[in-house]
Amino acid sequence: MSVFGWLNDQLLRMTWLNDLVGAGVAAVGLDPASRIGGSVQFFVYDVIKIFILLSVLIFAISYVQSHFPPERTRAMLGGRSGLGANTLAALLGTLTPFCSCSSIPLFIGFTAAGLPLAVTFSFLISSPLVDLASVILLASIFSWPIALAYVAVGLVVAIVGGTIIGRLGMEGQVADFVRTVPVSGEVATMTRGERLAYARDQVMEIVHRVWPYVLVGVGIGAAIHNWVLADVISAMLGQDKWWSVPVAVLVGIPMYADIFGTLPIAEALVGKGVGLGTVLAFMMAVTALSLPSLIMLKRVVKMPLLVTFTGVVTLGILSIGLIFNAISNWFV
Amino acid sequence: MIIKILGSGCKKCVTLGENAKAAAAAAGKQAEIVKVTDFAEIAAYGVMSTPGLVVDEKVVSTGKVLTVEEIGRLI
Repeated sequence: MSVFGWLNDQLLRMTWLNDLVGAGVAAVGLDPASRIGGSVQFFVYDVIKIFILLSVLIFAISYVQSHFPPERTRAMLGGRSGLGANTLAALLGTLTPFCSCSSIPLFIGFTAAGLPLAVTFSFLISSPLVDLASVILLASIFSWPIALAYVAVGLVVAIVGGTIIGRLGMEGQVADFVRTVPVSGEVATMTRGERLAYARDQVMEIVHRVWPYVLVGVGIGAAIHNWVLADVISAMLGQDKWWSVPVAVLVGIPMYADIFGTLPIAEALVGKGVGLGTVLAFMMAVTALSLPSLIMLKRVVKMPLLVTFTGVVTLGILSIGLIFNAISNWFV
Repeated sequence: MIIKILGSGCKKCVTLGENAKAAAAAAGKQAEIVKVTDFAEIAAYGVMSTPGLVVDEKVVSTGKVLTVEEIGRLI
């Protein structure tokens, strides 16, 4: 166990990097214990750590994901319904490569193939929410129990959310053209070399896309880490404040950011005594719901279904935040 | 020939469009590049991952930003 702990500290948390950056900060004449020195150390260490982890993780995960293109996922889900189908959809949602600009064609493709709305929505909720790379980053920043708990509750939100939407019988609330779309059954196959090339391209593309979010996120995190007084934050968002979770969710929903950008902010907030549930709810709200994605979704579903979807996911995230705050002493 | 780029206008689609243009020019072909951004139209090609590349009404690639050389081989 201690070997595992050491590996975890060195490889995932990269304590050696923090020490190295601390020494570097001291070498240029800044005291790492001072505010400015501490901010610089946090910023440099976090940016380097996130980019190293991001590149390695995305490469490995994209290789796995190349086995699960949307066409294959759809074939696997075809003809199924019920709780088992929702669970499978939520699990596949974590594996299928997914970019938010692809979510609408994917929704159309699934629905046109006759998948029940319950299954499609379980997939659509879990896909941005429970992302393999973000889970490992969570383990790096917090701990494995927290990361695994995040996966578990994320899947529960996706499964329950999909089930509720299915029960409401809203199959008619889909834009009319969706039903008439042709469905092709072709699944592209890739060679090993193509998978490696795909994984490499994904790393370049994702790093290229998220680096501004990471820099801004780490910047805000560094500012919170060293400049904002802990008692100010805990007075506003402390664990004993019932409104902290709803506020976090309301602030998070319209925001469009990448989970890799929100993690450093989460890290700094937890360090200042904000409840774990509040922080997780914030991250989930930012990633699962955003104004741009809702506006896109509006083009393929009718208003009642859009409102139901937003409502169900919001309620799910709220409950997770409250539950996690209530039980967070299990993780410390 | 008519080359269509399917995609809601994200960065990948723009890159794919530029590559397609360059590939057609390199092959010395008269090609018209059409950007298809309407979801109904994209879906009508049965494409689930964007960007998609359509050459003369045939879907030749989905979910990938092909290089100029790769498109060259397709057209």
